[in-house]
Amino acid sequence: MSWIDIGALDDVPLRGARLVKTRAGCVAVFRTGAAEVFAASNTCPHKGGPLSEGIVHGTRVTCPLHNWVFDLETGAAVGEDARIDVFPVRIEAGRILIDGAAVGQRSAA
Amino acid sequence: MTPKNLVVIGAGMASGRVLEHLTDAAPGTWDITLFNAEPRGNYNRIMLSPVLSGDKTYADIVTHDDEWYAARGITCRFGEHVVSIDRAAKTVTGENGTVPYDKLLVATGSAPFIIPVEGRDLPGVITYRDLDDTEAMIAAAAKGGKAVVIGGGLLGLEAAAGLAERGMDVTVLHLMGHLMERQLDEAAGYLLRRDLEARGITIMTGASTAAILGTDRVEGVLLEDNTGLEADLVVMAVGIRPETRLASDAGLEVARGVAVNAQMQSLSDPDILAVGECVEFDGHLFGLVAPLYDQAKIVADSLMDRENAFVVRDVATKLKVTGCDLFSAGDFKDGPGREDIVYRDPARGIYKRLVIEGDRLVGAVMYGDTADGNWFFGLIKDETDIEEMRETLIFGPAYQGRAPADPLSAVAALPPEAEICGCNGICKGTIVAAIEGGAGDLAAVRAATKASASCGTCTGLVEQVLQVTLGDAFKLPAVQAICGCTDHTHEDVRRLIKSMPLKSQEAVWQELGWKTRNGCHVCRPAINFYLLADWPLDYLDDPQSRFINERKHANIQKDGTFSVVPRMWGGITTPDELRAIADAADRYKVPTVKVTGGQRIDLLGVKGEDLPAIWADLNKAGLVSGHAYSKGLRTVKTCVGTDHCRFGTQDSTGLGIKLEQILWGSWTPHKVKLAVSGCPRNCAEATCKDVGIICVDSGFQVGVGGAAGMDLKETRRLADVRTEQEAIDLTVAFIQLYRENARYLDRPYKWVAKVGLDWIKARVVDDPGERRRLIDAFELSQSIYRKDPWAEHAATRAQSYAPLADLTLEAAE
Ligand code: SRM
Ligand SMILES: Cc1cc2nc3c(=O)[nH]c(=O)nc-3n(C[C@H](O)[C@H](O)[C@H](O)COP(=O)(O)OP(=O)(O)OC[C@H]3O[C@@H](n4cnc5c(N)ncnc54)[C@H](O)[C@@H]3O)c2cc1C
Ligand code: SF4
Ligand code: FES
Repeated sequence: MSWIDIGALDDVPLRGARLVKTRAGCVAVFRTGAAEVFAASNTCPHKGGPLSEGIVHGTRVTCPLHNWVFDLETGAAVGEDARIDVFPVRIEAGRILIDGAAVGQRSAA
Repeated sequence: MTPKNLVVIGAGMASGRVLEHLTDAAPGTWDITLFNAEPRGNYNRIMLSPVLSGDKTYADIVTHDDEWYAARGITCRFGEHVVSIDRAAKTVTGENGTVPYDKLLVATGSAPFIIPVEGRDLPGVITYRDLDDTEAMIAAAAKGGKAVVIGGGLLGLEAAAGLAERGMDVTVLHLMGHLMERQLDEAAGYLLRRDLEARGITIMTGASTAAILGTDRVEGVLLEDNTGLEADLVVMAVGIRPETRLASDAGLEVARGVAVNAQMQSLSDPDILAVGECVEFDGHLFGLVAPLYDQAKIVADSLMDRENAFVVRDVATKLKVTGCDLFSAGDFKDGPGREDIVYRDPARGIYKRLVIEGDRLVGAVMYGDTADGNWFFGLIKDETDIEEMRETLIFGPAYQGRAPADPLSAVAALPPEAEICGCNGICKGTIVAAIEGGAGDLAAVRAATKASASCGTCTGLVEQVLQVTLGDAFKLPAVQAICGCTDHTHEDVRRLIKSMPLKSQEAVWQELGWKTRNGCHVCRPAINFYLLADWPLDYLDDPQSRFINERKHANIQKDGTFSVVPRMWGGITTPDELRAIADAADRYKVPTVKVTGGQRIDLLGVKGEDLPAIWADLNKAGLVSGHAYSKGLRTVKTCVGTDHCRFGTQDSTGLGIKLEQILWGSWTPHKVKLAVSGCPRNCAEATCKDVGIICVDSGFQVGVGGAAGMDLKETRRLADVRTEQEAIDLTVAFIQLYRENARYLDRPYKWVAKVGLDWIKARVVDDPGERRRLIDAFELSQSIYRKDPWAEHAATRAQSYAPLADLTLEAAE
């Protein structure tokens, strides 16, 4: 894996999300706990709702447009036959790193 | 065989264990020299906290005394710093001379991290690492006064509890949002905070230290937000870092710690081993003794040429503060397919959360009752298959067939004199008497006692009293819980937030037994509103618990863009405002400009990233947020009234503007719309608004509970009044009563139908004292919320509207 630094953990509000633009499309980075982050596609498979704008609860997010709920660990929609892509992320020394290979990026260094 | 020379640098917890293993298993094979910078030998460092709090003395925690070293022929050079290692000559130099080694063990532990702020060197600023620090704290505490502990982790909290125990007035500053965030989740962090606060310790989270103040010695601490705190003692406990200076000076490979292989040998020199907190193995650092003891075993085996390899294992954490019972182990994040099991017992302050992945337990956080901690830890370490016991796992090993806590027990436990119905002042005893006298259902209790006959918010409680009293003979009507996170209704939660009182979301989740970690998109916005409505000064609005429109102060569109609606007070605008709107529409390429049904202009299709900039531009022309997105005051529509119209009886435009200026910015259970018409021809459509005022010759007719959305409702007359001021007072009091009592997402007309217009009149119209209280309560809340969120976000949070990172740019380079 090629880890790319996308920003400080504290730039993502607790129980909130931020957007990262990548060559594989817009990726939403969710912070579900003090030191718990997930990354997933920003685009709701229902009608394209921006998931980074949804309410984050537990390890899930609710789409802001019509309330589909996604499990961020698997990407599966709860109670719907749909899923979003999820991408490996990790936290190191207060920074968030995303797997560059998974989001179509060359390694940063 | 002549013994070979082993030199050990550092007499800490790790090296102490190495020496035990080595001298037990192979006595006499090594000639050992033990250096220690501290003027003493090995002691149980983790028991410094009980020494600080006065539960133990230094003598109690010494692990190896002079006799022990003498019996094993260990040369002790305590109080002597090692200054260098010469790998070519294979010697170690201490302050008092040089010794040769065949094997060298580096066991230098960690050094406390000092945050690089001004004043950090002042006398009275100490860290918490060794006996000297502990004694310094004990001496400082003997003089009393105020202590500030920087850092709300394990060490900081143990220091804080010890100092409080010794009578100091202690404040803990913690940078993160909740205490011990590395070991605890928010729920457990909340309980810990509550327990520490109960013993008089002040906790400030999100607190960043800017400087330590004082001239000759410490006098205070200054925070980034300019809060100043007095301090006679400052304890810095913000973390540790491996003590590696000697090793790096000697040219050994050091990443964050001294890099070692699984035999604990330096990657650069097999004759040098390292053990303890100074070590880095496979990217891991170590800060608790359990893995250090594992390492000590490996070091001893390596020195005896026995094969063995160190493996990293999970560790469990406990806090050594009596009364704060917490436990955390394993890992509660990441990885696909994880599942949470949450258990809360509000009455006993218990919280447990298990994290399961597949059929394995991978993490556990517990507070209040940690008796089963080690059992869970065992399941985590052994990777036990828990599939069979998944359903009952959270109840621990002792569980067999025990039912979860009875939800009615709280009501059952209420004494007879506990008030159930606040409106009518009816206590539990009266209701129980009525039930025993034959009132078998809610209607009968209402008829007999008046309980729950007014505002109705105690209906759930009365039903629970019925159930407790009649048992199975009473069939509880299916109550509608807020959502799957709780069994409580909106009404119950509102009542409990006020009566318990509960002032944070964590408090609601814990004390009311939420079944999820932190709610969901249904309950979070409701709870956030209830808290800010009831505790405007104590509770800080949580944007993350708001629907996107309210979080970003704009309406989201179907394509993810936003609409921007500036306020036009009472529908009045000016050429300058219109020009600013036109300029903004041009500059930000707004695709659609529309006149709304609310007498103002909507800029539709603005990109999320442009919001702060367009707001800043509109602000310059004096335009502020129209809150077209909020569960709050929307518009006050007006007609032209006496200013221009030949039929106008009063200044309807002027009253509309006044009302809008009083009410704007307030949050309400659902949106609130007003209108003021200048005469009964009603051009402002006031008769279908939440509050609609019709001006007449004799004054003002104030109507409430109208709507023209999914239901069409005509307003009902609250009162006719003579003066404009009375019309304003009634409006404000009505809206505050609605804010205090309605359930989230009930428009006023629904709430009025539930509580009855008479109940409202009795408070707002007939009771001047209550009316005044409502108006004052509204004003208090508005002292916080009557402000333009656009200006605030444009100035301080613009950054958060842009993407966190744009990797497409990087790729294009
Ligand atoms: C912009 C506007 C339509 C227009 O072009 O005129 C509008 C637009 C929306 N209305 Fe409305 N309403 C607008 C005036 C009205 C009116 C007329 C009025 O206020 O005089 C009504 C009926 C009166 C009433 O509320 O009683 C109205 C009744 C609703 C309702 C139904 C409310 C109800 O209680 O039944 C909703 C749904 C809701 O709020 O849950 C709604 C919801 C919405 C939302 C916010 C839907 C949403 O959640 O995304 C629309 C946002 C569109 C967008 O993308 O920006 N809108 N909406 C009007 C903005 C007025 C303003 O200046 O703030
Ligand atoms: C107050 C407190 C409470 C704690 N509570 C817990 C707990 O509850 N549970 C838990 O698992 N862990 C706890 N810990 C952590 C635990 O004490 C450490 O993990 C452990 O002591 C580390 O052992 P060590 O041998 O690596 O280092 P240390 O025990 O720190 O020993 C290192 C020694 O090396 C000496 N030294 C350093 N450089 C030189 C040099 N150049 N020359 C000579 N000597 C040198 C130092 O003076 C020190 O005495 C606590 C720590 C503290 C301070
Ligand atoms: S009536 Fe209101 S909610 Fe419905 S489409 Fe029109 S603007 Fe949207
Ligand atoms: S677009 Fe996400 S739920 Fe409709």
